[in-house]
Amino acid sequence: MQFNEPAGETLFDNAKIVGKAHTRIDGPLKVTGQAPYAYERYDVVEGQLYGYPLGATISHGTVTAMDTAAALAAPGVRTIVTTLDVEPLALGMLNVARLFGGADVMHYHQAIAVVIAETFEQARAAASLIEVSYEQGDPADYDLDAAFERLQGSGEPDTLYGDVDAAFRDAAAVTDQMYHTPGESHQMMEPFASIVDWSDGGQLTGWISNQMINWTRGSLATTLGIDKERIRIESPYVGGGFGGKLWLRADTVLAALGSRAVGAPVKVALPRPMMMNNTTHRSATVQRIRLAANADGTLKGIWHENVSYGLPGGRGENATAQTPYFYASETMRVKNHMAEMPLPETADMRAPGEAAGLMALEIAMDEMAEALEMDPVRFRIVNDSQVNPSNPDQPYSDRNFVQCLERGAEAFGWDASRPAPGSRRDGDWLIGQGVAGAFRGALVQPSGARAAIENGKLVIETDMTDIGTGSYTILAQTAAETMGLGMEDVDVRLGNSAYPVSSGSGGQFGAVSSTSGVYAACMALRERIASDLGLDAPAFARGRILAGDVDRPLLDMTVEAVESIEWGDFMKQYQKATFGAHFVEVGVNAYTGETRVRRMLACCDAGRILNPVTARSQVIGGMVMGVGAALSEEMALDTGRGMFVNHDLAGYEVAVHADIPEQEVIFLDTLDPIASPLKAKGVGELGLCGVAAAIANAMYNATGIRLRSYPLTLDKMLDQLSDV
Amino acid sequence: MRQFSYEKASDPGAAAARAAEVQGAKFIAGGTNLLDLMKLEIETPVHLIDVNGLGLDTISETEDGGLRIGTLVTNTVLSADARIRRDYPVLTRAIAAGASGQLRNKATTGGNLLQRTRCPYFYDTAMPCNKRAPGTGCGALTEGAFSRQLGVIGTSEACIATHPSDMAVAMRVLDAVIETVTPTGMTRQIPLEEFHQLPGDTPDQETALLPGELITHVTLPAPVGGRQSYHKVRDRASYAFALVSVALIRQADGTGRIALGGVAPKPWRRTEADAELPNGARAVIARLLDGATPTEENAFKITLAERTLAAMLKEA
Repeated sequence: MQFNEPAGETLFDNAKIVGKAHTRIDGPLKVTGQAPYAYERYDVVEGQLYGYPLGATISHGTVTAMDTAAALAAPGVRTIVTTLDVEPLALGMLNVARLFGGADVMHYHQAIAVVIAETFEQARAAASLIEVSYEQGDPADYDLDAAFERLQGSGEPDTLYGDVDAAFRDAAAVTDQMYHTPGESHQMMEPFASIVDWSDGGQLTGWISNQMINWTRGSLATTLGIDKERIRIESPYVGGGFGGKLWLRADTVLAALGSRAVGAPVKVALPRPMMMNNTTHRSATVQRIRLAANADGTLKGIWHENVSYGLPGGRGENATAQTPYFYASETMRVKNHMAEMPLPETADMRAPGEAAGLMALEIAMDEMAEALEMDPVRFRIVNDSQVNPSNPDQPYSDRNFVQCLERGAEAFGWDASRPAPGSRRDGDWLIGQGVAGAFRGALVQPSGARAAIENGKLVIETDMTDIGTGSYTILAQTAAETMGLGMEDVDVRLGNSAYPVSSGSGGQFGAVSSTSGVYAACMALRERIASDLGLDAPAFARGRILAGDVDRPLLDMTVEAVESIEWGDFMKQYQKATFGAHFVEVGVNAYTGETRVRRMLACCDAGRILNPVTARSQVIGGMVMGVGAALSEEMALDTGRGMFVNHDLAGYEVAVHADIPEQEVIFLDTLDPIASPLKAKGVGELGLCGVAAAIANAMYNATGIRLRSYPLTLDKMLDQLSDV
Repeated sequence: MRQFSYEKASDPGAAAARAAEVQGAKFIAGGTNLLDLMKLEIETPVHLIDVNGLGLDTISETEDGGLRIGTLVTNTVLSADARIRRDYPVLTRAIAAGASGQLRNKATTGGNLLQRTRCPYFYDTAMPCNKRAPGTGCGALTEGAFSRQLGVIGTSEACIATHPSDMAVAMRVLDAVIETVTPTGMTRQIPLEEFHQLPGDTPDQETALLPGELITHVTLPAPVGGRQSYHKVRDRASYAFALVSVALIRQADGTGRIALGGVAPKPWRRTEADAELPNGARAVIARLLDGATPTEENAFKITLAERTLAAMLKEA
C-alpha cells in the first residue's frame, strides 16, 4: 500500500476498537511466566550448551596472548573460542565497534573469548581461568570539556540562517551557558541474550532478544560472512531494549561462533556487569546554548553547539537534533561535533539526540524566560512555530504544542505568576515547580505483514517486535478494526524472520509503521476476499462479510494476503514531529539537598492515540527514565583507565519505585492525516523528552540554585544552599 | 563461582572448629552478600559451612535489661521486634533504611556486620584492590578514578572503602557488643567499636575475628532512652547505599550520641564528638570528622554530614 496523500476519512474515524483502552493481550502470559524470553527457550532445540563471555580489561590496545589451558581442563568445558582464533569480524550496520575477532581491543569489556560448557556455572568458572596478556594502547584524552573548547566554532554549521551575530548584539536579553549531560546506559531488565544453533555451520537459527529482526539478520550475515537467507531469527518477547537491542551484539556472535565450534546449540547472556562497557550507550554531551530575545519574548537568535564522543566513524549523541525544528527564531546557528575517544560504542538510546538536547535546551528556555521576567509557559507559547523554523516553506503536518502547554498548565495548576525561587516551603522541604517542552521527530519506516484467515482465526504475522511497548495489542486492535472482528478473533505473531519484514521497534516509529503495515495487509486481505467471492466492496462488520444479499461469516474462510506500507514522497513537504509539555513539582530538602519529585504531568500531542492504556504506559515509563536522568543516572568514567566504573545496577542508579510520585498523562488525541493511514504518530520516546529539564527547572524554582550539569545530585548544590 | 564443598553445621563451637580446620572455609547464613561475591569471584571459598541450622535466631532479654540477639535473627525480624521498636528505635529505622524487603528477609544480624564494601574497584576483579587482592594497590586512589561514594575518614593510602551497613551504624551508637565462639570453643565478647578494623596497610583484615571464629550473638545494653533517629541520605529514595547516614540519640538535656555511616571503613563514632552535641552540628562534625582526608569528589560528605545532623538536631 502506498501512502501517497493525506489520509481521508477512514474506518478508524468511527473506530470501535482502535483508540480504545485495551489491556495488553500478552499480559496473562507475562504475569504467569509463560512468555518465552530468549535465554529461557529450553524447548526450541535439544542439547543446548552454555556460553560465558570474557571481556577485555584494558580500554584499548592489543591482546598479545591468551592461555586457555586451565580453562579447557576445567570441569564440563567443551571448547573455548578466543578472539585470537578468529579473523576480525566485519561490522554490522551502523556499528563501529568490532564485536569479536582479532587482537585489537577498542574498548573495555570488549568480548575476547567465549567458554562453552555443559552448565552455566562451569562456563562461568572456567572463563575466569583464562589468562590474557595485553599491550595497553597509548594514553588517551577523555576530557570532553577540552574537546568542546577545541572544536567550538570549527566546521560548517549544520544549520545557519540569518545574521546571528547581529541578533545577539541587538537583543533585549541574552543568555549564554554551558550544559553537561552524562553517559547513560540502557540497563533494560532483560540482559542481551541469545540461543544460537549453527551446529553444522549451515543454517543458523537464533533466538535473540532483539528489537530489529531484519537489521540484525543482515548484520549477522555480514558479520559471519554468510548468506542472509541461511539465517532465521526469532524474538517474540523482549524484556526492554531502549535502543540497546537495535543491533546485533556480542551475545549473538559468541553464541554463533560457539555453536559452530562445538557442534551444538549455545546460549549466551551478557552478565549485568559487562553490559555497560561491552554494549552501546548514550554519549555524554557538553553543550553551549546562547539565546537572544526581543523584549516581547520572541526569540531573535538560537546558537546551539554540542560535542559528544564516539569511536572513529561513530555517531555520538547529537544533542542539537531538535533545535532547528522546535522554536521559532529570527536567526539560528547549530553545530554538532563528535570527539573520538577509545570508549565503548555510543549509539542510540531512547530519543537519541532529543533526550540529551532537551535536557539542556529546556533549561536554557527557562533561563531566558526568567531574564525576560516572563512565565516560562507563556515564553514557549510565544515562540511556537507552525512551520519548520529552519525551512519556513515546510509546514508542520500537525503541531499542537501550544495546546500541550495550555492544557497541561491548567490540569497541573500551574501558577503563571511564578513565585520567586526559594519562596515556597513545606517543613524542611523547599517546593518548586518547573515546566519543559517536549519534541521528538515522527519517523516512519516501511512495514509489512501477512494477514490470513486460518482455522477460524485472523492471523497476523510480521517480524515486528514487542519490547514491552504493547505491539501485540495495538496490532490486534488494528487488525480487528479493519476486518470487523473482535479482539478475541485475532492471533498476532511477532518477532520472527519468517514473517514479512516490518519497521521493527526503534525511534518511536514502531507503532505507527507496524499498525500501518497491518492495516495494509488487512486491506489487501479484504480485497482478496472480495475478489474471491466476486463481491463489489463488501462491508466487514461483526465478523461477517456483507454485500447486498450476501451475509456470511468471515472466519469460515481460508485466505491470506501479504502487503506492506510504503511511504510516499508527499510527506517530505511537511515537517512531522510529536510534542509535549512536562510539568513537575519537586521538593528539595533545605538541609541535605535531597530532591524528591512530588508530582508530574505530561500533556502529549502524538496524533491518534491507538490505545490509551499502552500509550500511557509508554509515557509514564519515559517520565520514570527522565527522573533517573535528572537525578541519579550517570556512567562514571575513570579517566585514567578509560572505562565506566559503576557497571552494575548498584552503581548505576536508575529510579526506583520510591522515587516516582503521582504521574498524570493527558493525550490531546488529535488526528494527523499526513502522519499515517491511522493518523497516528509514535509516542514511546516523547515521554522522556524534556522531563529532566522540567525537574531541573523545578529545582531552580525551589531553591534559586541553577544546576546545568546532570545528574542534579545534592553535592552540586550543597555549598549554595542557605546556611542551617 | 569456583567449585566448593558444603556442610551444615549443628553446633556453634564445632562450626568454628571446622572453619579453622578447613583451609579456605567460610560460613554462610543468609548469603545475600557472599553469594554475589562468589559469583563474581571476589570471594572464592573452597568450603561453605552453613550455619542456618544453629538455632541462634531468637532475641532474649539480658539480666541487665538489654537484649541478646541471635546472629541468625533476620534483619526483618529484628527491625520489627516490639522491644527493638520501643527501646531501640534507631536500630529499627536504620535496618528499614537498608537494602530491600526481600534482602532483609534473608539477611542476618551477624552477616550484616560482616558484609563487604561496595567500592566499585573492589567489585571489578580486573581492577587493583588491596582489600580483594593485597598488594595490588588501590584502584580508587589513582589519577582519574571515581571516588564519589567512598570514605573520607579512617581510610588509608591503601584503601578508602566504606563499610556499607546501616544496621551497624545504629548498633554502634547503641554500644552493641558482639559475642563469638572461637575454634577452641571459648566464647568472647567484642565491643562493636573494636570489631571493625581500620584499613591501615592491611585493608583485607576487616574485623577482629580470629580465623574460624563465629559470631553467635549481638547484645544491646539496657535502653538509654532519648529521642532516636536515623537519617540516610542517598541519591535515590530507596535501595541505594548511603552517601552519608547519621544515627542519633538525643537526651532531653541536649547530650547524646552520634555515629555516621557512609564515610568510613567502619561505623564512625567518637565519644569526644558526642560531647559536642549540646553545641550543635558544626561543633559535632568538626570533632567527629577531624583529620578527614576526602578526595575532591567526596569532600561534600563532610558538609552533608553537618547539614544532615543540623536537620536532625532541629527535630530532636
